[in-house]
Amino acid sequence: MLKLENICYKNILRDINLEVQNGEFVYVTGDNGAGKTTLFNIISGIIKPTSGRVLVDRRDIGEMSLRERTGLIANVLQDPRQGTIPEMTIFENLNIAYRRGNRRFCTIASRSLREFFIEKLSTLNMGLENRLNEYAGNLSGGQRQALSLIMATLSDYEVLLLDEITASLDKKTSALVMNIAQNLAKQCNKICLAITHDITNHYA
Amino acid sequence: MLGLQEVIMTTDIGLIYGLVAVGVYLTFRTINFADMTCDGSFVFGSSVCAALIQCGISPYIAMVFATIAGGVAGLCTGILNIYCKISDLLSGIIVAFMLYSINLKVMGGMPNITLNDLDLSMNSWTIIALMLPLSALLVYLLFTDFGLALRSVGYNKKFSEIMGININAMKFFGLILSNALIGLGGAMFTQYQGFCDVSQGKGTLIAGLAAVIMGEKVFRFKKAGFFILACITGSILYRFFIMLALHSDFMQIETQDINLVAGAIIIAMMLVRKERESQADVSIEVRKKLLFTKKED
Repeated sequence: MLKLENICYKNILRDINLEVQNGEFVYVTGDNGAGKTTLFNIISGIIKPTSGRVLVDRRDIGEMSLRERTGLIANVLQDPRQGTIPEMTIFENLNIAYRRGNRRFCTIASRSLREFFIEKLSTLNMGLENRLNEYAGNLSGGQRQALSLIMATLSDYEVLLLDEITASLDKKTSALVMNIAQNLAKQCNKICLAITHDITNHYA
Repeated sequence: MLGLQEVIMTTDIGLIYGLVAVGVYLTFRTINFADMTCDGSFVFGSSVCAALIQCGISPYIAMVFATIAGGVAGLCTGILNIYCKISDLLSGIIVAFMLYSINLKVMGGMPNITLNDLDLSMNSWTIIALMLPLSALLVYLLFTDFGLALRSVGYNKKFSEIMGININAMKFFGLILSNALIGLGGAMFTQYQGFCDVSQGKGTLIAGLAAVIMGEKVFRFKKAGFFILACITGSILYRFFIMLALHSDFMQIETQDINLVAGAIIIAMMLVRKERESQADVSIEVRKKLLFTKKED
């Protein structure tokens, strides 16, 4: 369960209260500059609210360690160039994301991990599973966005934040990506919040 | 004329400066931090090593202390940058500037120490024996979880943040590791020369950068594992260029012109790179590797 209590941030956000149960998929919409992304940054703990608190499973994220917090909250960014590292291979990108909540000092990715990644990527149906050793920079914007969605969901998480992830995708791909996200939230009983400007498209 | 002895010496110095180049690579490329501390930490390493050897301590233990000294210099830069919010360039310059006085203090107020009459046992074989395990360790490190995190900080800070990577810790570690390597390089150089001078650190950064640029030009692999090979090869190449320049009397090049020549070599290298890129189909990662292109976070 995700709960926002009286969140205020400077003069952008005022008294935001919200309660989302597991398995729910919530759309956040609003004008440009209304503070949607700011709200997401507060939920993911990147910026601290001026007052109020964010609770995940009744625990304040302000009191969690970085590792714990990022393990609970998965984030997909709006810009596909920011959501992946183009200078690293797809495999390395996935590996970084996989270790989000349990980063250790000197572990090297094993072969079974590679198979796990291939299995995850094949749900996208984009042929990415055969391109693990390619650089993420070689992918198109849509492919990268799909990749960062997969990356966000690799490790165990409670809350998934999607910040306008379909903005740079074509209709077919955005429907696919949204579908995957919705399925994830329902099947795995996770909380999902998505910023979007065209809700009508995604209800279909 | 060129003799075998001189070629061997050039290679040795190239190998030692290869370590410096690896240090420069770690800050400039891996964590995207323009670290100018190396001019100071190189001499810091060498002066600590020379002073300790003069006190009768074993050269190998002296090298360990030199490495630690370099690491401390890197730590200071990190503190200035992260806690005092001084920009990366400036914090490095300040630390290097202050190290000058500290180096003089370490050397007992003398501008140089001569170690010629002591048994130093630093030759080509010792250098290689030191470099090999160190290189293997560094390559291993870059492929671990931790190394991936270190590299991702340099490429994309926002991404690292949401992936739960502690950016400040990574910066600290990168700086400490880089300057520790440079300090070790300084200690090896001092032992090789049998001589330590307070101004021998001038141009360390340039030598390191030149090696990184040349190495990346020779080895055009983008895999992180090749970086050590690239740095060391680049460093040896750079030393050979300088050696050749010193021997080209027919072009009226004298010893004092060496900085001019070295600078010209580096510029030429960078231009060749650009030329090749504009011809080839430029992929994103190659374009971003161009020196001094700072990416926005």
